[in-house]
Amino acid sequence: MTETTPELFRLSAAALAEKLAAREVTAVEVTQAHLDRIAAVDGKVHAFLHVNAEEALAVAAEVDAIRAAGGAAAEELHVLAGVPIAVKDLIVTIGQPTTAGSKILEGWHSPYDATVVERLRAAKMPILGKTNLDEFAMGSSTEHSAFGPTHNPWDLDRIPGGSGGGSAAAVAAFEAPLALGTDTGGSIRQPGAVTGTVGVKPTYGGVSRYGAIAMASSLDQIGPVSRTVLDSALLHQVIGGHDPRDSTSLPDPLEDLVAAARTGNVEGMKIGIIKELHGEGYQAGVENRFNEALELLKGAGAEIVEVSCPNFKYALGAYYLIMPSEASSNLAKFDGVRFGLRVLPEEGPLTIERVMGATRAAGFGDEVKRRIILGTYALSAGYYDAYYGSAQKVRTLIQRDFDAAFAQADVLISPTAPTTAFKLGEKLNDPLAMYLNDVATIPANMAGVPGLSLPGGLADEDGLPVGVQLLAPARQDARLYRVGAVLESLLEAQWGGPLLDKAPSLTAPSLNDTVASHGGSH
Amino acid sequence: MAAINRDDVAHLARLAHIEMSAEELDRMAGELAVIVDSVKSVSEAAGDDVPATSHPIPLTNVFREDVVGHTFTAEQALSGAPDAYEGRFKVPAILDED
Repeated sequence: MTETTPELFRLSAAALAEKLAAREVTAVEVTQAHLDRIAAVDGKVHAFLHVNAEEALAVAAEVDAIRAAGGAAAEELHVLAGVPIAVKDLIVTIGQPTTAGSKILEGWHSPYDATVVERLRAAKMPILGKTNLDEFAMGSSTEHSAFGPTHNPWDLDRIPGGSGGGSAAAVAAFEAPLALGTDTGGSIRQPGAVTGTVGVKPTYGGVSRYGAIAMASSLDQIGPVSRTVLDSALLHQVIGGHDPRDSTSLPDPLEDLVAAARTGNVEGMKIGIIKELHGEGYQAGVENRFNEALELLKGAGAEIVEVSCPNFKYALGAYYLIMPSEASSNLAKFDGVRFGLRVLPEEGPLTIERVMGATRAAGFGDEVKRRIILGTYALSAGYYDAYYGSAQKVRTLIQRDFDAAFAQADVLISPTAPTTAFKLGEKLNDPLAMYLNDVATIPANMAGVPGLSLPGGLADEDGLPVGVQLLAPARQDARLYRVGAVLESLLEAQWGGPLLDKAPSLTAPSLNDTVASHGGSH
Repeated sequence: MAAINRDDVAHLARLAHIEMSAEELDRMAGELAVIVDSVKSVSEAAGDDVPATSHPIPLTNVFREDVVGHTFTAEQALSGAPDAYEGRFKVPAILDED
């Protein structure tokens, strides 16, 4: 490749799709460009747990062959055919390991594909590999991965958010244009915020959860991760829609989300600021960028109103009862018998109970153990009503708060996370401080409503990305794309380009690179 | 509500089938006490008149046709098993021999 070739890996999925359709580039070139980028920067970022080069290139070659042959098969290719994608390692895939970031599943291969993965395959999107996460998606920093943390491409000493830090860092570092994430309390949106990328948690049931290793079944949701609002809409359209294999999957037909992103408009729209989700406890730079976003939306014709959701103050507490309760039950299947690790006790009789105890002691990390114990406690006789029962009532109160808020506003807006990315290690020994990262994202999961995080700029005090969160009523995901696309284009006009143009290159030429690029032979 | 102590954690760890060392029990008891204390307010948030929500978007009567769908072969089902014998999962002794 010559110096004048544009860096394919910097293009959005939509731009790549156009170039592929126009046959300006091949899917193999696009896929190889991303594999090369992974090889160049993932040693520093550690977004990937597994790279799936061979299969990805084979799928890309298939797309190229179909396109070259022309005819009906070429006409029928999906718009994203040949556009590569990374998959969070909580989502099962045939042909690649799925670890959930846990030693208990190290080396395990699923005998089936998740529905979302089947849909990626049907669209012929090359799967680049599996991305890092907090163990079983339990965390806000990826530091709870059994395979080492992911590093934030903006500052390698900082967290990329979590649990989907690998997916967010992969798109932020231009290792993939798209990725899949899962969001139980903010695991798509908070990593999006701290890495300057876009992440969407669809309406609960809007995207099939079949094949996502469950943490908290009433909260978990798979969704898109990307660098632009339109790209998330394109991916959402691929993975969304009814799936009979997920009994919580909504039967509703999917709206045209891509059209919503392409025809963004906020004129006459009412956008509600949630009183309880900004101000005290939010970093000054976060608050400033958030307020500027409101001014831009107002300038584009939106009416900004203030709404109050008084029960959101209980959301974090209720979440930390419901989520561990469901997780303790979902993780009971890791018993050292059917799949994954088996560890034998060092001494004494080899009974199943003792093998389970030893296996789970060795296979689970500290945070997973904390949540299993907490969940077992909340569900135990004598505490059930006070803890789990009360938390479920709070869930009703949060839904009512949303109902009241959406009676006054078409969409709601808040900062995605209270702070920018903190340093790796900073909150690792303070679980409660870690949990507070999700204070603004959790209410959406509790009520099942969709949420989108997009970059709002860089905080003055540390130069790190700030996220702006949009929330819409259940089944109204299209509104997020309509508003998100407007805000994104207004902000990018101000910045003079995408926010990620300001991120470090990660490949600043060292002495070795310089020698190589000048044709040094060896 | 009662605070969570070391004995509670030991009991819960047994229920959850996770072996824990003495040091781990001490640490976990301390951490969980802080977490439980911080979620206590939840029990005072809602009155008796508030119904519980278990699912954000409830669906009822989600059925499928009563026909055999996708099934795994024995080989697929056993592909990730730590131990298998003649097409079956091999399980350690269910009962203590003592």
